[in-house]
Amino acid sequence: MTATMTVPQDVGKTLQRDLLAKYYSALETANQRGEPVAYLFIPGNLVELMRCFGFHAVYPEINALQCGIKKVAGDNIVRAEDLGYSSDVCGYVKNDVGLMLADRLSPFGKIPKPDLLVCNYSGCNTFIKWFEALAHFYGAEFALVDLPYIREDGISKGDVAYVVAQLKELIARCEARTGIPFSEAKLREILGFSRQAEELWVQILHLAKEHPSPFDSYFEAVFYMAPINMLRGTPECVDYNRQVLAEMKTRRDEKRGPVPEEKFRIVVEGPPAWPHFRTFWELFKRWGAVAVASTYSKVGGLYDQGVRHDPNRPLESIAEYAMGSYTNWNLKKRADLLRRYVEEYEADALVIHSVKSCRSFSVGQADFREEFVNELGIPTLMIESDLADPRYFQEAQLRNRIDAFFESLTQRRLTGPTA
Amino acid sequence: MIVAGVDVGSTTSKAVVLDDRRQIVGTSLLPTGANVVRAAERAFREALTAAMRDESEAAYVIGTGYGRYKVSFGDDQVTEIGCHARGAHFLFPETHTIVDIGGQDTKAIRINDHGEVLDFCMNDKCAAGTGRFLDACANVLGMSLEEIGPASLRSEKALRITNVCTVFVESEIISQLSRGEKVEDILRGVHQAIASRTAGLVRRVGTNPAVTFTGGVSRNEGMVKALEEKLNVPVNVSPLSQWMGALGAGLIALERVEGGAVRRVAVGGAA
Repeated sequence: MTATMTVPQDVGKTLQRDLLAKYYSALETANQRGEPVAYLFIPGNLVELMRCFGFHAVYPEINALQCGIKKVAGDNIVRAEDLGYSSDVCGYVKNDVGLMLADRLSPFGKIPKPDLLVCNYSGCNTFIKWFEALAHFYGAEFALVDLPYIREDGISKGDVAYVVAQLKELIARCEARTGIPFSEAKLREILGFSRQAEELWVQILHLAKEHPSPFDSYFEAVFYMAPINMLRGTPECVDYNRQVLAEMKTRRDEKRGPVPEEKFRIVVEGPPAWPHFRTFWELFKRWGAVAVASTYSKVGGLYDQGVRHDPNRPLESIAEYAMGSYTNWNLKKRADLLRRYVEEYEADALVIHSVKSCRSFSVGQADFREEFVNELGIPTLMIESDLADPRYFQEAQLRNRIDAFFESLTQRRLTGPTA
Repeated sequence: MIVAGVDVGSTTSKAVVLDDRRQIVGTSLLPTGANVVRAAERAFREALTAAMRDESEAAYVIGTGYGRYKVSFGDDQVTEIGCHARGAHFLFPETHTIVDIGGQDTKAIRINDHGEVLDFCMNDKCAAGTGRFLDACANVLGMSLEEIGPASLRSEKALRITNVCTVFVESEIISQLSRGEKVEDILRGVHQAIASRTAGLVRRVGTNPAVTFTGGVSRNEGMVKALEEKLNVPVNVSPLSQWMGALGAGLIALERVEGGAVRRVAVGGAA
């Protein structure tokens, strides 16, 4: 295995683990204590709003990726397939259904039942069906926030008003369910913490512009992003990002990166293969390839593109944040973002990891490949496996593609660019 | 001084021995079977025997193919994508596009004037459109792989084979047979089905002439014709096409030696 140049006291990883352990531990007894539980999706999540009413936030996508890393997603998926879910259904959904069938007992604790299912991102049709199914299974309340899709002309005032109106309806439902009146002052306070964490997160991400990059903006950033995705709006999240930023600055000052020698800088599109995370990373590490930017680390919010929660415009900024999700951008804007990442982070190539069971995120990726290779002349590798289903990971075939790609980059570097 | 390229594929293992004037002095071909390490060693030894040279004369060996990391006596490993590119460029210097159809993989590779890989596309994780697909079709028709290509050329009316699944195509063929369709026509349809899947891959990297067809399936004349029709360009095929990966590996090995590289390991242990 190629060494990851980290030191044991790496706070980015150890503190993240502690924060998540604390989070899951609080979830375990939420039902018994009668505390309300809301299930949310990561893109455009409305956790700040939920916090105003004392909801515990559960993120089934995070549970699914944790199950993937802990090697239990495969069992959960088979359980869901036994119930009748097709092999083509999203691996995250099947993991969640399988987890429910296993009495919600995960390797990281017992997941509570939902009281409210907030489908806060409507761009993925599967998300809607996922929470509708859970609402049926649990007899829980279902709420949908419909988000206008973002095209080249961006977010209009009408779009914001449309989403804010829905947020107000959601607030009324939360008040009715919890008996807690909505406090705008409290929301502003929570949003203040979100904003601070976002500012720090952007500074962390930008450090990957350094040579060598102090961290891997895909294989490591997916760990560092957990607090801003799950614990946003808390002082703990701000503190975590502050500590990670300090750690990354130290790595930068010491010219330390995630691999012994940075040979290739890549931009990555698509989620990782969670059930085979280490093997997947190793396929890149052995070539000295470091991700300097990735879109997956932005699915919880495109903060580096200026998206911010704003205590002075509470509901409006939440609406803009939600609509500004990466997956809610149209393909042209996504392709343009990838191109800018390649330029701004001085990357050598684009790597697209397409997800077999997720057509929602994967749609258009073949077009990205075409555009990058043929029109922009940026070497692009497209590979495929899955984010949750371990059966779709064919190591020999992935290795073949990845090796061939870096071989050709190596050769072209030796002989110079030729058409 | 000699060098060698050893290509351990999913179905067959091949080796090519080259001398310092880039002449092919020995080749071998055998089924890979279950013991991949042994297959690699045997392929190398048989090629040395064919060349009437001794292992001690080998200055550098490169392993390629799916089993490249099992070429324990190899000095380096290079993917078959890079090796096919080098081999095809050597035999047909005007090549800019390579179509490689092997036992489990179909690849389209775009190369530059120097035989360097610019872009490639491969079939997804499924044997549709590969040598295995033809295998399945030959099996169900009770024919050998060598027979099906020529038989397809005798067809006057190609049938449309709609299945791209290597497993389900068998039942489709059986139902065509039970409808009284001719074996030649079914086979023509089979070849056209693979050609159209392959053409889809080729279009993704661009059909820049000349096109060279490599891999075991390129020995099938029916496939060559179907591919030419689908791509609408003539296709180069060499009698050495099955050894293209091993040849490319040998050529890269020679370049390494010319660049000063030396052999580090021998069959069964240290050099």
